[in-house]
Amino acid sequence: MVDVLKSLGIDYVCANPGSSFRGLHESVINYGGNKSPEFITCCHEESAVGMAHGYAKIAGKPLAVFAHSTVGLQHAAMAIFNAYCDRVPVYVVLGNTIDATMRRPGVEWDHSVMDAAAMVRDYTKWDDLPISLAHFAESAVRAYKIAMTPPTMPVLLVVDSDLQERPVAESEKLSVPRLVAAAPPQGDSGVVAEAARLLVAAENPLLIADRLARTPAGVARLIELAETLQAPVIDQGGRMNFPSRHPLNHSGRARELVSNADVILGLELTDFWGTIHSFRDQLRRTSRPTTADGVKLISVTVGDLFVKGNYQDLQRYPEVDVAIAADGETTLPALTEAVKKLVTGDRERVFAERAKSLAVDHRDMTEQALTDATYGWHASPISTARLSAELWAQIKDKDWSLVSDVAPGMSNWPLRLWAFDKHYHFIGGAGGYGVGYGAPAATGAALANRAHGRLSVNIQCDGDLLYAPGVLWTAAHHRIPVLNVMHNNRAYHQEVMHIQRMGNRHDRGVDRAGIGTTLRQPNIDFAKLAESMGVYGEGPITDAKDLAPAIRRAIEVVERGEPALVDVVTQPR
Amino acid sequence: MIASRRLRSLAIVGVVSACTWSQVTPSRSATADSAKGKQIYANYGCYECHGYQGQGSPLSGSRIAPGPLAFTAFENYLRQPGGQMPPYTARVLTDAEVTDIYAFLGSLPEPPDWKDIPILRAEAPEK
Repeated sequence: MVDVLKSLGIDYVCANPGSSFRGLHESVINYGGNKSPEFITCCHEESAVGMAHGYAKIAGKPLAVFAHSTVGLQHAAMAIFNAYCDRVPVYVVLGNTIDATMRRPGVEWDHSVMDAAAMVRDYTKWDDLPISLAHFAESAVRAYKIAMTPPTMPVLLVVDSDLQERPVAESEKLSVPRLVAAAPPQGDSGVVAEAARLLVAAENPLLIADRLARTPAGVARLIELAETLQAPVIDQGGRMNFPSRHPLNHSGRARELVSNADVILGLELTDFWGTIHSFRDQLRRTSRPTTADGVKLISVTVGDLFVKGNYQDLQRYPEVDVAIAADGETTLPALTEAVKKLVTGDRERVFAERAKSLAVDHRDMTEQALTDATYGWHASPISTARLSAELWAQIKDKDWSLVSDVAPGMSNWPLRLWAFDKHYHFIGGAGGYGVGYGAPAATGAALANRAHGRLSVNIQCDGDLLYAPGVLWTAAHHRIPVLNVMHNNRAYHQEVMHIQRMGNRHDRGVDRAGIGTTLRQPNIDFAKLAESMGVYGEGPITDAKDLAPAIRRAIEVVERGEPALVDVVTQPR
Repeated sequence: MIASRRLRSLAIVGVVSACTWSQVTPSRSATADSAKGKQIYANYGCYECHGYQGQGSPLSGSRIAPGPLAFTAFENYLRQPGGQMPPYTARVLTDAEVTDIYAFLGSLPEPPDWKDIPILRAEAPEK
């Protein structure tokens, strides 16, 4: 089994130890020499999967997660769901004891299950229960291939404890099947040509990308299409899709551009309908389209190729004019070539004029962001804009990687103020909005960045860290360098606002939304929490002028190869 | 996500008109208490979407200070918001409390110019 994992190029196994995979655990560290894969000790299965999630978005490949039968998979479930929603490959190997007559009395019965994968089948792409080593080898390679073929998603292999522990019979002829990656699906050439025709003819085309750039090539390809058309791009931030300072990046003008566009190309949008509608969350919920009459909508998404029925992450049905069921990143070169073939001299002149106007608008948008950042500049608690600006000033000259989400908690400030231009500069969000993703995903991404010597920066929400703070210990124990900067607004703030909304709606008190939603009395000392886990800690910082020196000191620690945490008490959003 | 975009556009009008008490009965503006308004602003949840300084957020609520929009528009919006903001009726927020909040927002100072802040000036777009 370890030979197969090695053949797949799996560098790490993240796991909380469990007896149902003790055979495999011992084989990894002894037979496998605890190297490729190396065992990473996690304090919660949710942390293990969260690390795998973040790791895959930087490394471009999965690590393995080992989990323990019933309770381990139950712990892991929310994180698997996040990865599923986020279209990220996670490779889970689950221990289980199938033969009832061989189970130890007591706990092993509680920790055995007939159909383990049923717990997560609604939000995994594939699972299997191999009953021989040859079967395991084939299924392990198949699982990897399925996980890595867009739409990339979690897979699960249930591995019987007896199969792990039984000696290999001398007569067994074992081999490792060859892995051949499947070429991702590309859009039909005729429909791609139709999309190109619409885009070239449009007066106000708009390109919107969400989970588009699976690899650095996705960024380069979107740049090429945008520059060919001189069309504005809205990067919705599911991945780092488009450089933030490119004059065609108009992400801060989404509402205005959507309403003015005559053709909108949606590239791997998580929610096309939500992109082109406003929705009002009042007593009577209402919505309305925000697009112009006659707008043509083009969708390219691998999401059309794989849909399950139970969980509703598919969002509301968008009425598009051209639907291309294919991988966006893979389809872009053909689309760009089709566009180039249609561009005439007249259209080139139109595009050039559009480029001039968009460059001015981009500059105005940037200056507006700088102006907006000044409001609350000296505030305590510290504004999220100030925090973002101070952090950026300290990392901008380094090879940095932002390994956390920035919306809604940070009000997207880093995306407005920082210069993102490399794929690894940003990894997007959780996918399924499952809280508890942040710290483990950041640590996993930092593990992948470690091989490249990058400075991993995690803007960490307080409520999220409290789900499973043991991941700080994992970072310290395995010397995973990551700069954690707390966005400590001392609340589950999204929920504060929801309860406030209900208080207002019911007209019976607007001053009690903090009950059950805030994290005060006592305030949590995250620096001490970090220090208790062996992580360098600073803070709590409440005065903005103390930020820069604290961040500098923490960076020195991280650049020595260790994790650090700076606790910053912040404005809510 | 609570994005009160319509209020944002109103607020943009408001910032150029500064704190405007015109159309308010003299007795209401005369008794307005900005210190009390600051307390109410925090206790009644205004800060949750708009920040403690009224600075707003692109993803939760618009900027409402400094220079809140004209009082009548401000009060009307509070009572019957058109966007995502939940309504504050007179039952939960009295007229006097509205004037106190308004006085607090009007008392907040203008921020520094970004060109005077070195770490922001360094990010100025190329001309």
